[in-house]
Amino acid sequence: MTDARPIPDQTPTPDQVESQALDDEILSGGENVYVAPPWKLMWWRFRKHKMAMVSAVILILFYFTAIFCEFVAPYDPDASFIQYKYAPPTKIHIRDAEGNFRAPFIYQTQRGIDPQTLQIGYVEDTTTRYTIRFFVPGFEYKLLGLIPTNIHLFGVPEAGEKQGVFLFGADRLGRDMFSRIAYGARLSLSLGLVGVFISLVLGVILGGISGYFGGWVDTLVQRTIEFIRTIPTIPLWMTLSAALPVDWPITRVYFGITVILSLVGWTFMARVVRGRFLAMREEDFVLAARLNGATEMRIILRHMVPSFLSYIIAALTLAIPGMILAETGLSFLGLGLRPPAISWGVLLQEAMNLRSLVLSPWVLTPGFAVVISVLAFNFVGDGLRDAADPYAR
Amino acid sequence: MLVYIARRVLLMIPTIFLISIISFVAIQLPPGDFMTSYVAGLRTMGENIEQEAIDNLRERYGLGQPVYVQYIKWISGIILRGDWGQSMEWQKPVKDLIGERILLTVVLSLVSLLVSWFIAIPIGVYSATHQYSILDYVMSIISFIGVGVPGFLLALIIMYFAQTRLNLNVGGLFSQEYINAPWSVERVIDMLKHLWIPVLILAVEGTAGGIRTTRANLLDELNKPYVELARAKGLSEWKLIWKYPVRIALNPFFSTVGWSLASLISGATLISVVLSLQTTGPMQLRALTSQDMYLAGSFLLILSVLTVIGTLISDILLAWVDPRIRLEK
Repeated sequence: MTDARPIPDQTPTPDQVESQALDDEILSGGENVYVAPPWKLMWWRFRKHKMAMVSAVILILFYFTAIFCEFVAPYDPDASFIQYKYAPPTKIHIRDAEGNFRAPFIYQTQRGIDPQTLQIGYVEDTTTRYTIRFFVPGFEYKLLGLIPTNIHLFGVPEAGEKQGVFLFGADRLGRDMFSRIAYGARLSLSLGLVGVFISLVLGVILGGISGYFGGWVDTLVQRTIEFIRTIPTIPLWMTLSAALPVDWPITRVYFGITVILSLVGWTFMARVVRGRFLAMREEDFVLAARLNGATEMRIILRHMVPSFLSYIIAALTLAIPGMILAETGLSFLGLGLRPPAISWGVLLQEAMNLRSLVLSPWVLTPGFAVVISVLAFNFVGDGLRDAADPYAR
Repeated sequence: MLVYIARRVLLMIPTIFLISIISFVAIQLPPGDFMTSYVAGLRTMGENIEQEAIDNLRERYGLGQPVYVQYIKWISGIILRGDWGQSMEWQKPVKDLIGERILLTVVLSLVSLLVSWFIAIPIGVYSATHQYSILDYVMSIISFIGVGVPGFLLALIIMYFAQTRLNLNVGGLFSQEYINAPWSVERVIDMLKHLWIPVLILAVEGTAGGIRTTRANLLDELNKPYVELARAKGLSEWKLIWKYPVRIALNPFFSTVGWSLASLISGATLISVVLSLQTTGPMQLRALTSQDMYLAGSFLLILSVLTVIGTLISDILLAWVDPRIRLEK
């Protein structure tokens, strides 16, 4: 058989011009695009997506906080400083009352009556200053659950009872919102990863079977996916998570919720996997492998999976925000994780109370943590999707 | 066309059957037999309930019998007698409680769907025809915010500003005097005055996706030869865009209407709880937390079935517009 491929068109499409420009840029940097392995090409592509790069850095910071939340949080998230109920975010100054610039510091802040509005609030006493320091001693904890220490990322040397530094204010019990958000990151952000992992396992198995075998198996799986997606998710999740026994410990509720979210989440993964499988089934290298007598399992695992792995990773990244949002919504309704567990959704329950919301709008800060992480995942996902196929023209 | 509709309706039956099973499982999920806890609850409140009445109720729901018997009793009650079971918490038949709330949820979701299209389509078309313009970037950023900010957070923020800046309580769907009033023209007008806030919040969530879909699809269409041809023939740009490529680009909108409805109902549930609207959300939440399972299960069943019917209607409309679909096997 002769090569039946059409001769490429001489005029390049805009895409080709763009990738040509990319190649040129990479080449001019002394990096050889023709001998670079695929992961390097992907990295070069990804690097071009500015928002994705910024978002990736943000996500790394967020996950660092989640892993080392005891270290990042200045206070124990459950410690309540009753003298700081509804305290607003502590103002950090770099200029003192005399107009001199100093290292970042805070003034002694105390509950008092505002002389102008005659309302109870927090007033700064400009005679007493506390400089903010890094690596200050605070409450005892075990780093990574192993190393006992009491060093925290930042804070003032004084105990919280005397003068607290509340970056995002304090809630109605005088608990530090920043510390609580840092702790909440651990559950909220990890739940996204675990949920997506379970969805992936289900999605790859079912989507793979569906796309690989086709026929009635495909129809059955596709109908199931359509069926699951016609049920409104929140009412379904609400019903299922309400059935989790109330006396379950936090870890079990956590996995229960994750599994419930994955029951819907896998359908999205399965679609992506099936799509790639269908496209790849027709590829020459799959036919070649089959003619060489490779088993079906080997074709799938050794030939097909590596070539669509990058697509899967991109799709996974885009699926995480949905999980985070779902957990937040459920916990917010009181049907997901429950106090004493701390997740962003649990923290937002505080905002349901109109009095809390009006007196201390900073109870909404966990919501912004959710928004930032969701957007960051979306941008990184977009960047990865663009970079997923480095040979695409 | 009739054959197509008939086939679609037949296909719907297994779906609805599956939904009913899931709802039934949901009713059965909480541990223990709900009648026992119901009776225990009544007794602790000092109320006396006759053994005969308990036996009657047990018989009615088939408690103590195999699960499939219970399912058949439950589903045949719904289909044959319109009996959705008894709400344990409200001491009323479920069907008396849910009618108006379902209606309001449907109204809220449908209005939001229409509003989100109304916003998303023109913006999406503009973004596609003016690709890489400043407004295109602005719109992209706005739609990203729509993706990232969950509706209930938006509702909380709006509530905070309404409360502190305007001294306005935005909760609820009716003014005080209309809450329990029978339906009348005034009541509908009053509802519309309250409806716009939740509609706007829900529409923003839906719009973001809508803009991106329209933009992406239209960009694919704009490079096709028929557009070039129409332009070469001297058709005005406005007519050219709206009459041909936009119509094709909007197809996915209508074919995924079922999923949009499902996600709108989901979003509406959360927002309704925040804004305490008289829709299904708050009542379902309460039913779930107090394990009033017939009520909770009925909501799941009805909302899902409504989504399926919505999808059916959209499929029929799509087939009516596009002959390729109705003739396909």
